[in-house]
Amino acid sequence: MADFRMPSLGADMETGTVSEWLVKPGDSIRKGDPIAVIDTDKALIEVESFHTGVVGRLVVNTGERVPVGTTLAVVDERTPAERAPAEPSPPPPEPSPAHVLSPLVRRLAAERGMDLTSLRGTGPGDTVTRADVERAAGPEGTVPPGRTEPAAGRATTGPATVPAPPAPPEPARSKASPLARRLARELDLDLATVPGTGRTGAVRADDVRRAAAVRSDAARHAPPVNAPGQAVRQDERREQAMRQAIARAMTRSKREIPHYYLTSTIDMSTALAWLRERNRELPVSERVLPAALLLKAAATAAAEVPRLNGFWIDDGFVPGEAVHLGMAISLKGGGLIAPALHDAAGRDLADLMAGMKDLVSRVRSGRLRAAEMTEATMTVTNLGDQGVESVHGVIYPPQVALVGFGRILERPWAVHGLLGVRPLVTVTLAADHRATDGYTGGRFLAAVGRLLDHPAEL
Amino acid sequence: MTTYREAIREAIAEALTADERVFLMGEDVGAYGGCFAVSLGLLERFGPERIRDTPLSESAFVGAGIGAALGGLRPIVEIMTVNFSLLALDQILNNAATILHMSGGQFNVPLVIRMTTGAGRQLAAQHSHSLEGWYAHIPGLRILAPATVEDAGGMLAPALADPDPVLIFEHGSLYNSTGEPGTGPVDITTAAVRRPGRDVTLIAYGGTLHKALTAADELAAGGIEAEVVDLRVLRPLDEATVIKSIIHTHRAVIVDEGWRSGSLSAEVTARIVERAFYELDAPVERVCSAEVPIPYAHHLEEAALPQVPAIVTAARDVVSS
Repeated sequence: MADFRMPSLGADMETGTVSEWLVKPGDSIRKGDPIAVIDTDKALIEVESFHTGVVGRLVVNTGERVPVGTTLAVVDERTPAERAPAEPSPPPPEPSPAHVLSPLVRRLAAERGMDLTSLRGTGPGDTVTRADVERAAGPEGTVPPGRTEPAAGRATTGPATVPAPPAPPEPARSKASPLARRLARELDLDLATVPGTGRTGAVRADDVRRAAAVRSDAARHAPPVNAPGQAVRQDERREQAMRQAIARAMTRSKREIPHYYLTSTIDMSTALAWLRERNRELPVSERVLPAALLLKAAATAAAEVPRLNGFWIDDGFVPGEAVHLGMAISLKGGGLIAPALHDAAGRDLADLMAGMKDLVSRVRSGRLRAAEMTEATMTVTNLGDQGVESVHGVIYPPQVALVGFGRILERPWAVHGLLGVRPLVTVTLAADHRATDGYTGGRFLAAVGRLLDHPAEL
Repeated sequence: MTTYREAIREAIAEALTADERVFLMGEDVGAYGGCFAVSLGLLERFGPERIRDTPLSESAFVGAGIGAALGGLRPIVEIMTVNFSLLALDQILNNAATILHMSGGQFNVPLVIRMTTGAGRQLAAQHSHSLEGWYAHIPGLRILAPATVEDAGGMLAPALADPDPVLIFEHGSLYNSTGEPGTGPVDITTAAVRRPGRDVTLIAYGGTLHKALTAADELAAGGIEAEVVDLRVLRPLDEATVIKSIIHTHRAVIVDEGWRSGSLSAEVTARIVERAFYELDAPVERVCSAEVPIPYAHHLEEAALPQVPAIVTAARDVVSS
C-alpha cells in the first residue's frame, strides 16, 4: 500500500484543496497518470500519480482543504496476482441503513442499546419511528422519559437500583477552541468542515482563518445555491489567498535573497527583421511573436551560463537539469503565476511559441500540471505589452535568477558613430548574489544580446 | 545595581526618615538585623524606639501593630515566614481586614505586614510554603508580591500610604537578586507586562517571574514568542492586564509556586475563562508546586517546585494543542 499525499506545488504552497478526483476506488493507474486536480491558492493543477497499482480508498473528499503532506488516497501497489488470494472478493455491501430522522428515536435506541440499522421503519419513507423502537424493545423496554436503565445485553451485577451510565452521546461535536468557534461563527463557517491541526485534532483559530481565507472549491462551484453576493465573497477570498501566497514567497525572497541587478539595452533590429522574413512565409497560426524570440534567447543564454539556472538550497547552488523557463503570467482576476516551459533551450522556436500559447491558455482556464508548477529553474517576466520599459524583478525562491524584458521601443541609437532609429529592448537580470556575482550575470546578458543579434542561431 | 534586600532596607530607611509615625517591628529585626538581614544596621541608625524586637509571638505583635495603626502610627510588621503568619491569621483576618467594615467605615487600619514566602533554599516544609494565595482570598487586604528590585524598593511607600492593611510577600530566593533600583514609588494596583510576545501569555509573580522569563528566552529560541505578565498585585487582581494579554495571545500558562488546588493560579484561570473564554485558542495550562509539603532534600525540593523546563513544555503544549 502506498499513500498518495498532497504534493507541494511550489515554495509558497502550504495547503491545497482536492478540486476533482480523476480516479475512483478500484481504478488501475500507472505512475504518471493524472490522479487528481488540486486547487492551490493560485491555480487548478493536475497531479500525477507516483505509484502504479489500484486505487484504494479516497481519504480526502473534493472540496476539502488539507495541509501539504496529508494522505489523499491509498494506492494498492500489489499486482493483481498478489492481490487475488488476500482479497478473494470485495466485501458485501453494507445493508442500507434504516432512515432515522428524529433525535428522540436515536436517543431511545441508544438508551436501549439497540442497533438502529437492524430496525424496520414503518413511518413515511420507511422512517424509523418511536413506535418502531418501542415495539422492538418489548414492553419491558419502555422507560419513563428522563430516566435510563441498563441496556439490554449489558445486564449488570446487582438489582437495577443504580441508574445505568448515561447513553452514548450523539455524534461528538467537532473539537474546537472557543476562539475558533467564535471566529467560525463570525466568518459564517461550518466548523465541521475545518480540519483541525491541534495536538488532539482540535480546530484552532488559525485553522478557521485558513479555511476562511480560501473557502472550499466545492462552495465556489455551487453557483445555483450561492447568492450572487456570496459568489463575489468567494472570489474575494480566493484573491486574498493568492495575494497571501505571493506575499509569503516575495517576502521570503526579499528577506533571504541578496539581489543584484544588471541592465542592458539590446538592438532588436536584426532580430525583428529576421522574424518578419520568417513569419512572412508562414500561415498566421504558425507565426512567431517577438516575445517567443526573447524567451528563446533567455533560455539559450541560461544554458550557456548554467550558474544562473537552478536553485539555492541549504546554502548551496543546485544546478537545474535543463532550462525549464518559468514564464510569469498575470491572471485576469489579479495575481501572478509562473509555470515552466520545459526544456526551453532545447526546443525550436515554433515549438516554444506553441508551448507558450498552450501555457497561457491553460493558466487562464486553470489547468496546469504539477511539474509545470514546481520545476521552473529560472523565470522570465515580460511586461512589454504593458508599455513598461524595464522591469527589475523579485526572484522566485529557491531559483537564483529572474530575467525581465521591457517593451520593444523605437529610439534614437548610435551605431558605428551614426545616429539612427532602432527598435530597442531593455533586458534586466535580477540574480542571487549568493549563487553568482555580477560578472556571471554580465556574461548572461551579453549572451542574450549576442543571440538576438544572430537570431538564426536560435 | 543593588540587591532586592538592599532595596527593601533602603525603602524602610526612607520611610522611617520621611514619616516619624513609621516604625518597624518583628522577631530579630533589631539587634540581629533581621532573619534575612533586611533590617541590618537600621537599629543603629534609627534606635530601639523605631526598630523594635518582639517576642516569638506572632499573634501578639501583629495585634500590637493593628493597635498602633488604629492609634495613628504607621507600623511595618515583619513576620519571618508566611508559615508563621498563620499564628497571626486571627489578627490579620478577623481584625486588620475587618475592622473598617465592622466599624461602619470609622476606623482604617493603615498597617503594612512584610513576610517571606516560597521555597528553594532547603528550609524544609515549615519554612517554605507559598500561602500568599490564601491571603489573596481575604477581602479588606491588599496583597503585593514584588518580583523585581525596583518593585521591592518601590512598593513600600505606597503600601504605607494606603489607609488599609497591605501585606507584602517577599520571595526568599529573591533577596540576593540584583537589578536597577527604581526611581521612586511604583504602582501597587496593576500587573506589569515584563516581556511582550504574541504566541502565549506566561503569567507569573514573585519567585516564579524569573523562571517564566528564562522559559520565555528558551521558547524564543524555538520560535515561540511568549508574553510574560507579572501579576505583582495578588489582591485586588489586575484582571484587565491579564485579559488584555490573553486577547493578544489567545493562550495562557500560569506559573504559581502555590499548590494547584484552590490556588491563585486557579483564580486566575477562572477569571480568564469568565472574561476571555471566546479568546482562548487552547486550554489554560498551569505549572504549580507538587501537592506535597515542600521537601528538605535539595533534589526533591527542586522536583516539587515549578521549574523552567516544565514551563517551556507547558507553553509548547498550549501553542500546539
